[in-house]
Parts: sequence; structure tokens; C-alpha cells
Amino acid sequence: MRARPSYLRVLLTFARNSLVRDMTFRGNFLIETFSSMSWVIMNLGFYVLVFQHTPRLGAVTDWGEYAFSWGKYEFFLFLSTTLVINSLVQTLFMENASEFSELIRTGKLDFALLKPIDTQFLISLQRVQWASLGNLAVGVGLAGYSLFRLGWTPTAAQVGLYLLFVACGVAIMYSLMIALAATSIWLGRNQSLYDFWFYITNFSRYPMEIYHGPLGTPLRMFFTFIIPVMIVVNVPARFLIRPLVPQTVSDLALPAFAILATIVSLVASRYLFQRSLLSYRSASS
Amino acid sequence: MFARTVTWWTVLRISVEERLVYRGDFALSTLMRFLPIVTQIFLWWAVFSAAESVEPGGGATRIVGYAYHDFVAYYLLTMISRAFSSMPGLASGICRDIREGTVKKYLVQPIDMLSFLLLYRIAHKLVYYAVAAAPFALVFYLCRGFFPAGWPEPQTLLAYAASLLMAFLLGFFLEATIGMIGFWFLEVSSLLFVYMLFSFFCSGHMFPIDMLPGVWGELVRLIPLQYLAYFPAAVFLGKVQGPELIAGLWIQFGWVVFFIAASRVAFTLGVRRYSGFGG
Repeated sequence: MRARPSYLRVLLTFARNSLVRDMTFRGNFLIETFSSMSWVIMNLGFYVLVFQHTPRLGAVTDWGEYAFSWGKYEFFLFLSTTLVINSLVQTLFMENASEFSELIRTGKLDFALLKPIDTQFLISLQRVQWASLGNLAVGVGLAGYSLFRLGWTPTAAQVGLYLLFVACGVAIMYSLMIALAATSIWLGRNQSLYDFWFYITNFSRYPMEIYHGPLGTPLRMFFTFIIPVMIVVNVPARFLIRPLVPQTVSDLALPAFAILATIVSLVASRYLFQRSLLSYRSASS
Repeated sequence: MFARTVTWWTVLRISVEERLVYRGDFALSTLMRFLPIVTQIFLWWAVFSAAESVEPGGGATRIVGYAYHDFVAYYLLTMISRAFSSMPGLASGICRDIREGTVKKYLVQPIDMLSFLLLYRIAHKLVYYAVAAAPFALVFYLCRGFFPAGWPEPQTLLAYAASLLMAFLLGFFLEATIGMIGFWFLEVSSLLFVYMLFSFFCSGHMFPIDMLPGVWGELVRLIPLQYLAYFPAAVFLGKVQGPELIAGLWIQFGWVVFFIAASRVAFTLGVRRYSGFGG
């Protein structure tokens, strides 16, 4: 018997089991996929409506360092990045994180703690929600269409950097989610976890340039440097939209900061998670 | 008659007390619910500043008749509409009761399910307004700049109050009717999700439905969802006035009556189909 389990094989088993489970209820799987896709399409409809009334988001004038305004298809590229990141987070972690607070409330976390594998790994990836991948397809499709409409072909380096920073974005979102889930050990129950998550990540859904002015600048700073949700989508999206030549200082500084923020978020959330486990007192019997 | 009143009064009182247990969490989550509006404020500022730079209007740019401050005011007002019309967990609760068989308690006890749920909801809403009043007042005070016209006239306010009250009744009976689908289908969560989606989009919660072009706009105005969020807000902002306002209120009233009847009929038919096993 090996002392250390093969994490990759366990992960693949999780993925396979979830797929088997989803395929057992195929009708339900299809309905789930389509209903989450229709949510996305309705959202898209809203932005199509918005762009019927304005050619761009944000005027270029007097925005100083952050002078960058988003045209329709540029914004759709941004939106597709949001979709890609969110659907990855939903597929991999969402269900598990909400399950986690349930494990604590019912005391079933005991079983996870007893297993000879890292607890955070186990509870974060136990269940893969395949139905959310439909949104990934929508995101990729939308990105392709927007690039086509812009007449813009990204280079291989751009795509590579894009994928790297999408991964960073997913990691930051995951850290935030697991940190929120960990608080449910202290609070006993955390029903508003999903709400809280939605309200915070809401700030990642628009280009950061729109936050400016006496209220906007502090907001942008807060959600960039304290809770780094604003860089989750902004950084990768920028790599796809603009030529790879750095134009402003922030073009270089922001990606560098994104890497740093990813590492710090992962480490901090790991620490928080471990600390919260120490306070776990089990429930019932 | 007296005994009945006492029963209903007790139901109402217990529901109020149950709800007050979590008042702290409640006030906080109410305040949190305004956060998405912050992003909307910035989004629309970006839209308006771009539209302005293309066609300078001297700060008087309007989109479908809405100035920038109207948009923000609109979103704030839909929060009030939704505070009346949204019924979290009503339809899914009814479905769960049917699926798990707990609906039996309404069938064997001398209590009418719809009336019980309505009282329960009223109690929840009353507590909600009591607790949420402070956060709402704070947000509206901070955002008073987005209402340059100040308070509307008394008649408009009266119409606004009526539309809100009917929004509550419409929201309740509409969702209760949808919940009755549980008598026919066992698993309805995805159906409810689709309804929620439509409701979010077509009630005007996401954007004023005036933005919908051509036939889409007409279609959305035909269905009752707009009375859950758009209509009361539009009344407050003075978008609907005079005969149009009176007609709107009557149509809203008509929909309320329609769904009261529909929920009754669906319940009666559903109970006839229902078979409870075990105990």
C-alpha cells in the first residue's frame, strides 16, 4: 500500500464518478445545461440591448491612465472571459463549496477528515458539475465570434498568456470561495454563502475602467488589492484584446500583480481553511 | 367566525416571532442586496458618458426616455418593488410539500393551505419591512441625488402604494399557482429556475422594459410579470400617468384576481389527483 495517494488518479475518479452520475439522469442533465445556458443568453441579450444605445462603454476622454473604452465586440470578448472563468469555477468547485457547509452542519465532515487524503483537496473537488460546461462552450463560441467580428487574430503567445491568466482567475475565485466556505465552520451554518459570493464576484463582471471618480477609484482599489476579484477577468481579457506591446505601466504591473495575488490568495485561503478545521467540533453523532 | 380569527391571528403571530429570530443576519443581507446596484450605477455611467461623447447633449442625454439619474432611480425603485413581489421559496416549498407528502397536514387539519401560506408570507414581509426599513432608508438617503424631482405628488404616491400592494398579491398568487405544478410533476426545480429567469428578465428587474425594441417590448407588456417590478417603479417615476395609469392599475388588479382563481382551481384539481402514502 502506498503511503501517499495519487491525487491525479483520485481526481480523475471524481470526474468519472460525477459523469456517471450525471449520465444516469440524462434528462435532468440536459435540462440543467440548457437552463444555465439560457441564463447566459439572457444576460447576453441585455448587453446587446445596451450596445444598441451606445457604441462604446466609457468615454476615452479624461480617464487618464486608465484610458481604454470598450467597444461592443471588445466587451463581448470580456464577457466571454467572464463566462469561461465562471463556468470553470462552477464546474469544479461551486457544488462542492455549498456542500461543504452542509457537511459541517450535519457533522458528515468527520468522514472526510478520516480519509487518508488532503481534506481540502477532497472537499473541493469531490463532485464535478459537468452541466456547467455548457457555459464554457457558449463562452468560447462568443469569444470566437467576437474575434471574427473584430477581424483580430491573436498570436500564440497571446493565447498562451490568456490561458495562464484564466487559470489564475479561476484560482483566485476558488480561494475566495473556499475561504467563504471555511467561515461556515465558525458560523455553524452559512446559507448566505452563495449570495455573498454572488455580490462580491459581481465586481469582476465589468471592465475595471468603469469604476472611476470619487467613489469608483476606492472601489477599484479595494476589489483589486484587498479582495482581488477585479483582476480575475480584466487581466486575461486584456491580453486577448490589445496587442501584446505594453502601452501603459499598468499593462505590465497588473499581470505581475495578478500572479502575486493568485499565490497569496491560494496560500491565505489554505491557511484559513486549515485554521477553521481546528475549530470543527463535529455535530450530532 | 371568532375562533377562526383567533386561529389566523395565532398563525400570523407565530410566523412573525419565528422570523425575528434571525433579524441581525437579515438587516445585513438586506444591505448586501444593494451591492449589485453599485455596479449598475457605474455601468450606466460608462454607457452615458460614451453616448455623450458621441452625441454631446450637454448632460441631457436620454436613453429610451431615461436620463442617467432615472436609470439609477429605476434600479433603486425595483428593489422596493421586489421587496413586495418576490416570494423566495414559495413555489419550491409547495412542490416540496407535495413531493414529500407534508401537504397532507393541510388536507387533514381545518386550515386552508393558501390562506395559511398567505398569512405566513404577510408575517414574513411585515418583519422584513420592519428590519429592512433602516437599510433601505439609508441607501435612499445616500442616493437622494438620483431623484432630482423629489417626492412625487400625493395621487402618484397613492397609486404607487396600490401598485406595490397588488405586486405583493400578484407575486404570491402567481408563484403559488406555479407551485401547484408539483401535483402533476414531481421534479420541478429546473422549471422553477426557468420561471425565475423569465421573471428576472421580463419583470424589469434587470433593466427597464422600455429598452426592449418592437415586438419584444409589446410581448413583455402583455404578460403579467412587468407588474412585479417595472410597473410600480414606472409609476413612481411618473412614466405612466393619467388614463394610462388608471388602466395599468386595473390590469394589474385583473391579473391578481386571475391568479387568485387560478391558484384555487389548480389546488382543487391537484388535491383530487394527489395520493399520499405512508404517514
